[in-house]
Amino acid sequence: MNVDKNPVIFVVLAVAAILVGTLVTTFIPLFVGTASPSLEKVIPYKPIELEGRDIYIREGCNNCHTQTVRPLKFETDRYGTYSKLENSAIDRPHLWGSKRTGPDLANVGTKYPAPWHTMHMKKPQGMYKDSNMPPYPWLADRALDARYAEKKMRVLGYPFTSEDISALGGKTEMDAIVAYLTRLGKETR
Amino acid sequence: MAKDTLYDYRAVKGFAISSLFWGTAGLLVGILISLQLVYPHLNFSPAFTYGRLRPLHTNVLIYGFTIPAAFSLFFYLVQRLGRTPLAFPRLASAQLTVFNIAIVLAGLSLLAGMNTSKEYAELEWPLDVGVVVLWVMFAINIVGTIIKRKEEQMYVSLWFILATVVGVAIVYIGNNLEVPVSWFKSYSAYAGANDANVQWWFGHNAVAFVFTTIPLAVFYYILPKVTGAPLYSHRLSIIGFWSLIFAYLWTGAHHLIYTPLPDWIQTVAIAFSFFLIAPSWASVINGYGTMNGQWQQMRSTYLVKFVVLGITFYGLQTLQGPSQAVRAFSTLVHFTDWVPGHVHMGTMGWVTMTISAGYYYMIPRIYNTELHSVKLANLHFWLVLVGQLIYSMTMWVTGVRQGAMWQAVNQDGSLMYSNFIQTLTPNYPFWNMRTAGGIIFFAGFLVFVYNLYKTIRSAKAGQRA
Repeated sequence: MNVDKNPVIFVVLAVAAILVGTLVTTFIPLFVGTASPSLEKVIPYKPIELEGRDIYIREGCNNCHTQTVRPLKFETDRYGTYSKLENSAIDRPHLWGSKRTGPDLANVGTKYPAPWHTMHMKKPQGMYKDSNMPPYPWLADRALDARYAEKKMRVLGYPFTSEDISALGGKTEMDAIVAYLTRLGKETR
Repeated sequence: MAKDTLYDYRAVKGFAISSLFWGTAGLLVGILISLQLVYPHLNFSPAFTYGRLRPLHTNVLIYGFTIPAAFSLFFYLVQRLGRTPLAFPRLASAQLTVFNIAIVLAGLSLLAGMNTSKEYAELEWPLDVGVVVLWVMFAINIVGTIIKRKEEQMYVSLWFILATVVGVAIVYIGNNLEVPVSWFKSYSAYAGANDANVQWWFGHNAVAFVFTTIPLAVFYYILPKVTGAPLYSHRLSIIGFWSLIFAYLWTGAHHLIYTPLPDWIQTVAIAFSFFLIAPSWASVINGYGTMNGQWQQMRSTYLVKFVVLGITFYGLQTLQGPSQAVRAFSTLVHFTDWVPGHVHMGTMGWVTMTISAGYYYMIPRIYNTELHSVKLANLHFWLVLVGQLIYSMTMWVTGVRQGAMWQAVNQDGSLMYSNFIQTLTPNYPFWNMRTAGGIIFFAGFLVFVYNLYKTIRSAKAGQRA
């Protein structure tokens, strides 16, 4: 058999070679569940927090901020307790990130109160003169869409009440992102 | 002339020109975002902020430059190596139109903030469907042309082309499985650590099947062509090929060292990252071996410079990569500017250098003419080389610096730079140097585009005369 004379056999073998590592490193964890923790202690997202998370994704915050604290002394000293499977267990997608142009945010909700975040989002340079973060004052001018938020909660299968949805009335995107940021680090009971 | 009418180069030309256009656009966005990191008032809300433009930069250069360059070069290579015309030329023309519509929609959607957040897979689900459709159109032509080839033996380049076709399909579909909420929004099919694991299985194998097998296919074809020397070792290329496409898929989790992902997956990834040095260097050794006794051509033949420097940066890249996978070294450089420094050595030093060499070789041939100016090609070479070196070196230095500042402690064990911004602002002078490096690289790229433009123009003028 001459593999390099028969493209069909060649493709079959190439796919097989590619699938071995794929199956072992991604499918086994997925189906055996070694990376899927118990959800018992995980607090589900409220609609306003999910809205905030989707704004975080829309604005690409994950390009500059990670959400994973490594179990290393200098990391936990700076960012607080290290990240565990439970912290992101229900997150679709995960937002661990890969680059820290700004600081890690995994526990930022336990560090600053909501008014701090609102002020910082509006004008980062007002708090840190040399910060390179873009300002986001315009989020305060944009209202949330309660019906769309409800649809998203349903698609994700997160539990919610009609009060949770009606609570979105009159809220802005700024309220949502701040609600999300203040949740970070408080994912479990 | 008469002999060449056998082949169909319309799509080859179309994709080459498209990739040069989108490549120029993607590099311009790169320069803008590098400036935004130091001068935040250059963020123009909401569409032109760093958070939206960074995915635009990476997506345009991956899907708007590298991928259509592969469409162009691969449609050329399958015809030449199979000694047969393209199987479905009208399908290729349709693919060219669909591609250019898709890349415009992709760019607009990213500017509008429609993205999945997953790196290099940011496009929302309708565009994912578009990418898959384009890929199927591409695959039909590649496989169809290879099946009806007149040359029985499939040369090394065709192996890498087939690996690209199946590899990209598997990792792209695997990572982009998602549940739509609307036309503009979806949620990943995977949650938490599994989503991260699948994402970096994709992320690292986008490197394998876009930034490795694509330039390797071009490299194996043009090195013997431009030097006139036979490939050093056919056997080495067989071993290198199969071990490369086998080992790459195990290594994704080296992007997730010290994250909550189970340790065994990280350790397996680290081990395979080291194993990957062997198949990567099989190609480097094959390149250097082919050059044996030919090194004077580095001076006499401009194209040899591009190919040899390209494979040299590939060699450096594939040593630096595994070193970053060591837990101790990852601790220092992960999350810093070292990583974009590493990536850009690969993309600016290896991928673009090799694609440029492919175009310099192919474009005069498909237009039946000579290159407009070898002098300008040499200028292009030195500009992109110097620009890339400034870019990656400044990033390595500031990456190690910032990583060390994050770890530094006082005598009592407390953090020396407890305020993050103290470790951020020392980046700024390095980032300005990086922008300078990027501008030099961009100037080189413009020289390249101009040189090819003049080449194509002179061919068309010649036809009219």
